[in-house]
Amino acid sequence: MQCDRRLNEQMASRFFRLIAFLIAFAVQPAYAQMGDVAAMVDALGQGGFPDREKAIAALVATGDLRVPPILEALSDGTLYVRKSDSKVILSVKSGGDFALTDPLDGSSMGSLPSAEIEKIKVNNGLRTKIRTAIGTMTLLSPDRDIRMSAAESILKNADPSMLELLDKALAAETDPQIKTTMELARAVIVLKTDAPIDAKRAAVDTIVSHGNRAAQTVLVNTLPSAPEDLKPLIQSGISSIGNSLALWDVVQNLLYGLSLSSVLLLAAIGLAITFGVMGVINMAHGEMVMLGAYTTYVVQNVMQQLAPGLMEYSLVFAVPAAFLFTGLVGVGIERSVIRWLYGRPLETLLATWGISLILQQAVRSVFGPTNKLVTPPAWMSGTFDVGNISFTWNRLWIIVFAIAVFAALQIILKRTSLGLQMRAVTANRRMASSMGIRTPFVDAMTFGLGSGIAGMAGVALSQIDNVSPNLGQGYIIDSFMVVVFGGVGNLWGTLVGAVTLGVANKFLEPYAGAVLAKIAILVLIILFIQRRPRGLFALKGRAIEA
Amino acid sequence: MITHMLLRALDKRAIWLVLALAFVAIAVPVCNLVIPEGNFLHLPNYAVPLLGKYLNYAMLALALDLVWGYCGILSLGHAAFFALGAYAMGMYLMRQIGARGVYANPVLPDFMVFLNYKELPWFWYGFDHWWFAFLMVMVVPGLLAFCFGILAFRSRVTGVYLSIITQAMTYALLLAFFRNDLGFGGNNGLTDFKDILGFNVQAASTRAALFAASAMALALAVIICSAIVNSKLGKIMVATRDAESRTRFIGWRPENVKLFAFVVSAVLAGIAGALYVPQVGIINPGEFDPGNSIEAVIWVAVGGRGTIVGPIIGAILVNVGKSYFTGALPELWLFALGALFVAVTLFLPKGIVGLWNQWRGSGGKSEREVSAEAEKGTEVEEPALPAASTGSTEWPKTGSGPEPQPAQ
Repeated sequence: MQCDRRLNEQMASRFFRLIAFLIAFAVQPAYAQMGDVAAMVDALGQGGFPDREKAIAALVATGDLRVPPILEALSDGTLYVRKSDSKVILSVKSGGDFALTDPLDGSSMGSLPSAEIEKIKVNNGLRTKIRTAIGTMTLLSPDRDIRMSAAESILKNADPSMLELLDKALAAETDPQIKTTMELARAVIVLKTDAPIDAKRAAVDTIVSHGNRAAQTVLVNTLPSAPEDLKPLIQSGISSIGNSLALWDVVQNLLYGLSLSSVLLLAAIGLAITFGVMGVINMAHGEMVMLGAYTTYVVQNVMQQLAPGLMEYSLVFAVPAAFLFTGLVGVGIERSVIRWLYGRPLETLLATWGISLILQQAVRSVFGPTNKLVTPPAWMSGTFDVGNISFTWNRLWIIVFAIAVFAALQIILKRTSLGLQMRAVTANRRMASSMGIRTPFVDAMTFGLGSGIAGMAGVALSQIDNVSPNLGQGYIIDSFMVVVFGGVGNLWGTLVGAVTLGVANKFLEPYAGAVLAKIAILVLIILFIQRRPRGLFALKGRAIEA
Repeated sequence: MITHMLLRALDKRAIWLVLALAFVAIAVPVCNLVIPEGNFLHLPNYAVPLLGKYLNYAMLALALDLVWGYCGILSLGHAAFFALGAYAMGMYLMRQIGARGVYANPVLPDFMVFLNYKELPWFWYGFDHWWFAFLMVMVVPGLLAFCFGILAFRSRVTGVYLSIITQAMTYALLLAFFRNDLGFGGNNGLTDFKDILGFNVQAASTRAALFAASAMALALAVIICSAIVNSKLGKIMVATRDAESRTRFIGWRPENVKLFAFVVSAVLAGIAGALYVPQVGIINPGEFDPGNSIEAVIWVAVGGRGTIVGPIIGAILVNVGKSYFTGALPELWLFALGALFVAVTLFLPKGIVGLWNQWRGSGGKSEREVSAEAEKGTEVEEPALPAASTGSTEWPKTGSGPEPQPAQ
């Protein structure tokens, strides 16, 4: 399906790309003059079908970049003759009349009632000719993209009449990727013709060597009509493609699993700080993520007002803004509520749940309950292919971002004096305090850091999820699962937990469906906690008992 | 003999509470059915199921208090037991519709016809009979609590971890019940009920009877909970809450105590859910929402955990407030609820009942620092060594039942 959509998109842009090609394709540049071409176009409207065919051939021979759209229009039946002066024009029905445009330069030529113009008729024979003509130009184009899309469109249509042309193009082709597509197209066409059995055998082998889903579909489709002695070969081809596809499925699950893992990691890593390091069950963590997403929205809108030129990079500004904003909110929450509740984790849970309700309703009151649109920048939209898998850029960027955040956090905890103090307070609060560490300050900073990271996660999640007041609710349980599974107080545990749960989820999904996979993961975590009540990487020592 | 036991089990407050419940169980139906409209004592029809709903919530809160207030198990999944009981009741009510559904299918409920079920799933068998359904109302939540508890408590999953996995449990059930192919009506749940025990569920008299049943069930729950917490077992429960390790070292088996309390609590929650369904007329997967369970926790916290009266007062007050706010100032309800969570944890750790005790000056001894101690108690946990999780098997087996064996 992905492949089809891409094909269609490429079909659509095909004729625009032709234009570039035709500049260089000017075999007979003498013809490529304004007057001549216009006269030739007008010739399309004269005489019968044979005359029209000649006119098309002449037009193709010019190699003029404006010809293919005209031919396409002819094939589509939007090319008309103006009765008054026999000029050929493009006409589109608008209201009662037809709006006219010049086929060559696209300028408007007013409008006329339908009685004043006459459609140029084409028959099926002519349509085939037109298609071949366009194919000829495109398959031999010096522009790589045009050739690629032409080859793909021929593969899709598999028109036996194109075989000769395709052979010619194959002989001239140098780009390996296009060549393989052309070979595949040729093989598909050969299977449709009544070529000798050996040629068909070779064709099947060619298709099998491609090994993607399209190739498998082609084989499955040709199987019923194939000659008897070819069937075993096709059958084994289908199954061998199936095997390689299964391998690709594993790779795809792994990749998608990593993508999910990165989202889980981002959502959970802030919690790993507040819950894991401080022992505070922050039920408002999801709302910190949500605030980060709304910060992204606000930053985007502000930049639209102040610096529209930098809109592309608003995310770059949103990341620190979200970190600072949610970090400050976090410090505020810690100073006002949580500091009174240390050592009473269950009460912290209730209080922070209350805070989460307040934050949700506050955002709902300020921004309204509807989803806010965060426009993804161009460098984050679209897809790219890895082998048979298509992957979106924003997912890749989120993976990169998650790794960067994780690394930055490790550096803060392991290489800065604040990190050292945080770890000291985690290990033994009283001892740390005796050594002169201001534990309240460290607490506030730690909570602010955890909240700020949640805000940064919100920036990333705004790209893949709806920015709504409920955004955080969807992640809070998953985040807790990751932290609990990985083991409290250990960032590596969080990383391993996120990757394990993300990948496991994606591997279960094909068998059980998304919801059942999630249920299965939850049940597995519940059972896992029985075996290791402190998670995968438990902190050892006396500190955690206090 | 029984009276004697009851009198020993119930303290003064519990007796007053039971009497008050008995009074409303009579007064509300009378005010609704007997006293004519226009009289200021008359209760309009819509109010009866509303009040009944509050009592069901109060029962859920009481059930939660039994495990949280007395055993130190903060369950964030108690709404799951409530909803399971409710579903069991809903299934019975669905079977009572018979051929009167929209599709008039004599065998299959409407949603099954709609979802192209060929025959009744096996787990719907038996729900035609009220006794079976009523049994399931208690058995299903109890069984889930037993399986969950035996796993969790034997492995000594405590404190926060237990809270989070109970939340995971209700979340998993939420996702499961949203699925159409589970056979419980999916997203829409079970609704459009007609009869209960042969009476029309919509009728005012049935509603009044259901209210009376809710009040009596709550009274019974109060008696049961009082009996438990005032017994020797109740003392071990509190001991487990305050110092689980110490209790274990003395020779008790805290996991069995907790399991017992958890199962009783789940059964009570299930009964509350079963009474809730015919009064509100619908049960859907939304009841499994983790948010509901947490809201139930705040009822207990507001009223005062570790008391019998507290959760009932808390549940009724918060829900009356909710009814008022969501009607009058819907924007403010979440602010109010959120602020309530924060304020109660910060300023009212012992809840309203605790405040009352303090004001009366009687709370000094019996309720001394209950909540703070409770939290500290849950914090004192076993070392995180992996051996600890398997340690429980090494204890000498003193009894097989969930109930601890008091040394006689």
